[in-house]
Amino acid sequence: MPKLKTKILSNYFGVDQAWTLDFYRGHGGYETAKKALTEMQPDEITEEVKTSGLRGRGGAGFPTGMKWGFLAKPEGKPRYLCINADESEPGTFKDRQIMEWDPHMLIEGVMISSYALGVHTAFIYIRGEFHLPEVHLSQAVAEAYAAGILGEDCMGTGYKLDVVVHRGAGAYICGDETALLESLEGKRGYPRLKPPFPAVEGLFGCPTIINNVESVANIPWIIANGGEAYKQFGTEKSPGTRLYGISGHVNKPGVYEEELGIPIMELINDRAGGIKGGKKLKAVIPGGSSTPVLLPEECEELTMCYEGVAAAGSMLGSGGLIVMDETTDMVKVLVNLLRFYSHESCGQCSPCREGTGWLYKTMKNLLAGLGESGEIEKIEDIASNMEMRTVCPLAAAATMPTRSYMKKFRGEFEAYLRQVEAGQATLV
Amino acid sequence: MKEYTPEQQQQFHAAVAKYPHKKAATLTCLWIAQEIDGYVSLEAMEYIAHILEIPVTAVYSVVGFYSMYNTSPVGKYHFQVCHTLSCELAGSEAVIEHLQKRLNIKPGETSEDGLFTLTRVECLASCGTAPMCQVNREYHENLTPETLDVLIDHLRQEAATHA
Repeated sequence: MPKLKTKILSNYFGVDQAWTLDFYRGHGGYETAKKALTEMQPDEITEEVKTSGLRGRGGAGFPTGMKWGFLAKPEGKPRYLCINADESEPGTFKDRQIMEWDPHMLIEGVMISSYALGVHTAFIYIRGEFHLPEVHLSQAVAEAYAAGILGEDCMGTGYKLDVVVHRGAGAYICGDETALLESLEGKRGYPRLKPPFPAVEGLFGCPTIINNVESVANIPWIIANGGEAYKQFGTEKSPGTRLYGISGHVNKPGVYEEELGIPIMELINDRAGGIKGGKKLKAVIPGGSSTPVLLPEECEELTMCYEGVAAAGSMLGSGGLIVMDETTDMVKVLVNLLRFYSHESCGQCSPCREGTGWLYKTMKNLLAGLGESGEIEKIEDIASNMEMRTVCPLAAAATMPTRSYMKKFRGEFEAYLRQVEAGQATLV
Repeated sequence: MKEYTPEQQQQFHAAVAKYPHKKAATLTCLWIAQEIDGYVSLEAMEYIAHILEIPVTAVYSVVGFYSMYNTSPVGKYHFQVCHTLSCELAGSEAVIEHLQKRLNIKPGETSEDGLFTLTRVECLASCGTAPMCQVNREYHENLTPETLDVLIDHLRQEAATHA
């Protein structure tokens, strides 16, 4: 696949001062929002987004326009838009680039989306650890208010919109949309039972749409160029481009905007410069740490679109690839991920709270050479007692990868057990 | 209950005004308290509960849930080293080891002079520039023993000049 010529999202990544209003306006910024707010009906915008086929870039891949269509519009209740900028899935570092380099693009997307949804207060929930992205985003919001772009009368269109940047305080779970709402309401980030869905009863009990940063950053381009134009990129079921984040054992880790449907090996070998030190590829996490791991042979023909990665038994998720070379100890990898999930379980549901901790301890023992025979079966048993028994998908985010590592690298796990059986265990 | 200066109180009230419901300002108010004192004291929680008109336990429960609120003082420079997968693959354990040696503290500890605290943290969304750490709020990426040494020397110097 040739390198992407028309970039939608990353045109100004790495460009000094790209985060300022002067720069953004100098490059046509906010013209689309003005056009949308004066010349288009809200429903026309939603239709255009539906036509584009844009799918949520946070991880689940739900069609954005369809999600907007679910928003309840009862009389006498405000509606809210919440932007999920809690980017916390290990391997994912793309939304950060938008907020660092081009925050006005996000704000323009928020304006157009809010107008389409009839929203007058939008919140951007940014993870507490993000400093520079928050500084640039908050400055951009302040600039937009000072210039009359946001506020009581957005750019003289008569539309009122407030944008509030809300800083989280360190909790992976707040990337879950209902946990995010709880956190925004000033509480512990405990995911909510659904239904009611946020589109009916969300923030402060009012209809709420929650969209990922990257999804909303696409909106100005889609409205400026039309939903049909967006479909020239990507595949039929996965239109558009994506910000792929590549990390791990590659020569040029980073964020690359490419079409959906790009072969995964092209991303790894061409854009990211191949495996470091000329080593062989051993495994790839295709879409953030909770997506099942893939073997090199599964990657040979794999294209990076929702349907392509699903066909290989994994998920495109957040588009964050973690690449591992032949020297990687897969038991160690799984211990690392399980530590993460057990640390981040919110504690609300016991199968997840206890299960993630149990998985982590069991796997850590195995790595330390203390695993007993039957341990692998025990891990599978714990996993199956966690799945589908909790309010949110965090438990599955831990068990899905667990199953994939244990299935695809079974020998490595068994080798640790054999050390024990042969009496060679040494404490690590 | 903690007493704040009129300017500080104004900061809290401005935060509350941004939300349709007072309680929603809990996280933001806790950030303000932490920025003033370096940590969130029980007295600060009492003040926040008072202005938000919620029970102190509601504030305390929030503090306990999130990883970034410090409930006791930390060093002037808080090294938070990411040790999740991409960072581990890129050598975060060597970073922690190097910091332990240079700062003479283990993860979870604060140096005797009160300058440094070392903490292991989970993914900071900086996987493409691993290994990395956050010192207070600043990200430091693509770390090597050399860049860490430069950073530590710089911080020591900065602390000496401002002492």
